[in-house]
Amino acid sequence: MTISKASRRVLPLLSLCLLAACVQAPKTLYQWEGYQPQVYEHFKGQSPQQQITELEKGLERIAAKGNVPPPGYRAHLGMLYAETGRDDLALQQLEAEKAAFPESAAYIDFLLKKYRK
Amino acid sequence: MRHFFRLISCLAVAALLSACAASQPPAKRDYTAYKESKPRSILVLPPLNNSPDVNASYSVLSVLTYPLAEAGYYVLPVALVDSTFKQNGLTVPGDIHQVAPAKLRDIFGADAGLYVTISKYGSTYTVLDSVTVVAASARLVDLRTGTELWSGSASASSAENQNNNNNGGLVGMLISAAIKQIANNLSDSGHDVAGITSNRLLSAGHYNGLLFGPYSPHYGTD
Repeated sequence: MTISKASRRVLPLLSLCLLAACVQAPKTLYQWEGYQPQVYEHFKGQSPQQQITELEKGLERIAAKGNVPPPGYRAHLGMLYAETGRDDLALQQLEAEKAAFPESAAYIDFLLKKYRK
Repeated sequence: MRHFFRLISCLAVAALLSACAASQPPAKRDYTAYKESKPRSILVLPPLNNSPDVNASYSVLSVLTYPLAEAGYYVLPVALVDSTFKQNGLTVPGDIHQVAPAKLRDIFGADAGLYVTISKYGSTYTVLDSVTVVAASARLVDLRTGTELWSGSASASSAENQNNNNNGGLVGMLISAAIKQIANNLSDSGHDVAGITSNRLLSAGHYNGLLFGPYSPHYGTD
């Protein structure tokens, strides 16, 4: 018995689909982009502006896919804005962190009290 | 004579039991305090470094958020936390680890603190090869009560891909593939291996590992 024309066409497609399903990475809770590498760059002394550029780009990619940035992402970006004198943007990011993760409220409020002094 | 046989058979049974006990996995951890505490947020303290590499503490600190957040916890932003410690005159991890849990809870509002100690970090060079190893242990402590909720340790090595990973199953194969890729990237091999150590140490859902946190769909199932 020979394999019909249709199944000859379908089989390779099917196996491709199976392979693709295997290759796909497991779903993560957050879309991380450059958060962890930028934290490391921060500790190594990289300029805030360069990190801001990277994190802003990442945030756009996360928003484009409708995903959520991980804990700390927006707070870290807020800190960098504050370091470069853009207080309104800093405040915006810190408030966004607090809104997404209410667990951060006590610490964010502690920081805001200091920034406002 | 009958007594003698009974004694022998008792001894034989005891010997069998102890042989079994020796080959069993480590005892199941007691999760009672952890489950009662129900931590939602984790404050990661800068790791203590017992390795000769001065960069180890910050290298490891910057990769600890990923497994904890993916396990379902809120992790306080490590760079901001570090600068808060510095502004309060605490620049050395050893001093930070001595701060009273209640004081940490006061400032950061976190439910639990993660205390990490690095025992190995870096490369050993031999004539033919270089091997990078990162090993660390961690304790999760309830900051409201000071009770230890969990502890564990893990290590990773750039030489793992050369071993026969036949008992690691699919995960072992994936990890060794990741290490193989990383071993080729010589720019910062200590930092790359630290990422694997951190994931092994702090991802949830494995034997005696961390429990899933409230942001995980698996929360409360383990």
